Amino acid sequence: MARDDATGGTAAGAPPAAARRPVRRARRTELLYESLRTLRANPLTLAGFVLVVLLTGAAILVVVLPPITSTLFHHAYSILPYDPNAIGTQPLAPPSPTHWFGTDELGRDVFSRVLAALPLDLGIGVFVTVLSVAIGAALGLIAGFWDEGRVGRSISAVILRVTDIFLAFPTLVLAIALTAILGKSINSLDAVLVALTVTWWPYYVRIVRGEVLVIKHQGYIHAARIAGLSEGRILVRHVLRNLLEPLTVYATLDVGTVIVTFSTIAFAGLLTIPNLIEWGTMVATYQSNLPSDWWLVVAPGLGIFVTVLALSLLGDGLRDVLDPRTRRAFAREGVSSTAPTPAAAGGAAE
Amino acid sequence: MGRSLSDLGFFIGARLLQLIPVLVGVIVLMFLFTHLAVADPCASWYPHAKKAVLDACRNYYGFNQPLLVQFERYIAGLLAGNWGTDQNGAAVYPQIAQSLPATIELVFASLFIMIVFGIALGAVAAQYSGRWPDHLIRVFYLSGWAAPTYLVGIILAIFVAPALGFPTGGAFSTNPPPFPQPTHLSVIDAILAGSPSGLADALVHLILPATALAFLNLGIITRMTRSSMLEVLPLDFVKSARMKGISEGAVLYRHALRNSLITTTTILGFTASGLLASTVVVEEIFRWPGIGEYAFDALINNNFSGLIGVTIVFAIAVVVANLVADILYGLIDPRVEWR
Repeated sequence: MARDDATGGTAAGAPPAAARRPVRRARRTELLYESLRTLRANPLTLAGFVLVVLLTGAAILVVVLPPITSTLFHHAYSILPYDPNAIGTQPLAPPSPTHWFGTDELGRDVFSRVLAALPLDLGIGVFVTVLSVAIGAALGLIAGFWDEGRVGRSISAVILRVTDIFLAFPTLVLAIALTAILGKSINSLDAVLVALTVTWWPYYVRIVRGEVLVIKHQGYIHAARIAGLSEGRILVRHVLRNLLEPLTVYATLDVGTVIVTFSTIAFAGLLTIPNLIEWGTMVATYQSNLPSDWWLVVAPGLGIFVTVLALSLLGDGLRDVLDPRTRRAFAREGVSSTAPTPAAAGGAAE
Repeated sequence: MGRSLSDLGFFIGARLLQLIPVLVGVIVLMFLFTHLAVADPCASWYPHAKKAVLDACRNYYGFNQPLLVQFERYIAGLLAGNWGTDQNGAAVYPQIAQSLPATIELVFASLFIMIVFGIALGAVAAQYSGRWPDHLIRVFYLSGWAAPTYLVGIILAIFVAPALGFPTGGAFSTNPPPFPQPTHLSVIDAILAGSPSGLADALVHLILPATALAFLNLGIITRMTRSSMLEVLPLDFVKSARMKGISEGAVLYRHALRNSLITTTTILGFTASGLLASTVVVEEIFRWPGIGEYAFDALINNNFSGLIGVTIVFAIAVVVANLVADILYGLIDPRVEWR
């Protein structure tokens, strides 16, 4: 295999820069093919991937299409079939070809309202996850990589103890309590964002530190140090690079979990912004209309369900590919034809 | 460090000692969050009261004192066994102590459902890995993940319960039930009272909230069982079992499954935190008389002592659940040392 030759070549001695470049490009294309193969081999992961792309596209279009078209064509086009706030003449109409998810008590189109909530819910999921990964990864790197010497040991001990305290709170309880408490002095949407981020980062400290402790005793780190690379360069090129894959998987799964938690907080009635269109709030508002006007609860419920399911299918599939242990099992079953270890290969070749 | 009983004792002691800084941190954080955000809950408790009444309230609860003095007062009370009072002047501790058993019962019932169904589904998924039963099970458990607990709870309470004729409020049809409640665990109390109709009543009240709670984490158990079985299947001892001529079913379920249970056990500690937190939602929907419902009320009513009290109980429960998982891990896997 081409990659085996490449890694063998670099391990034997430092090749000239010109020779190194095609090797890196070849590895990159191979990784891409590997990902595509995986997507094709597992229909559920592919379904999750397609859904995530569609939902993200729809969320972006909902936000950007009306302003762009109104400046270009002097008419705001939207992918929403109806204005989500337009009051209609047929209140509480069941689902029909004209109103796919029926209408609510003011005759507003429920499908448009569910779609209009997509950017908010998905956006919060992505925002909180990215912020938590950034905070958690930074602290986890410090706690894992520099835990030697008196200063390093005490800094890493402090980080870990604080993390332990936050981990002892059940996620949902801490998030709900913080939102309720902060919401009394600041805007409740900001309160949820702060509460969710405060709740989420400690998990990434644990994950990242665990991975760093494994990575930093690998041979290629010692080799890089002997070769005279600076600590910062080792950290970015070798440690951080190998963290990207596991972090991507955890983050993909976590966006869904954040959305569920966010909608739960909204369901508990803690999101008190008037006229905000949000899935959890919709479920909470219309649960008293059950079981007769079921579509009012089922439609926003489906919104959450489909979004989180898509993210879970994708994340779950990615995890199987990246986890070397289950990957072996997959290879045995003939699901994935090759079984490379991107982490190890990537580190050795650089 | 090794595997003797004294090692285990030392291990438990060390872990319980670690609980102290965690608890201190939890208490300090919760105290700060609550008291900084809402400096004077009296105004929210008595919105139309005269100033004299508000002053009396502030005096009684100490809200007019500096934060540090209030904190000292709270900690001193806590150490003396006084967990503070709620907005009606009732002591918090007895209320928490009375509602905790109901939550413990709910959590254990849902753990039972989770383990039985999760391990069964995971084993089947591993057996048919890569084929349609595997895909079907994956969609099923990811659905549990994707459906928020409150949605599952509402669907169970409003659509499933009437269809099956199940009740959806409280732990018994009559409150209190027609027999004594020494343990406040509905099923155990009914058994102790020797009342078959009481037991049936307790079970039909318990099963739906427990199912709603179990659905969330069913996926984790299924997934762990599946992947750890897949990990064990190619190993030599499974091959040699096959070569001995043992039937495929026995190989899978007696050898592979038993070994993969080790990983599954550790996950149980991990799920405890999520389960406890979700009781807040599930208990609210099914009006289950537990600590989750109490926490929700405390939050809405600015009952800070109650809220901190519940958080303390939750934090202890999370740490203890992880400890129990580690001990079980050591008991099941002879290679593990307690340290």
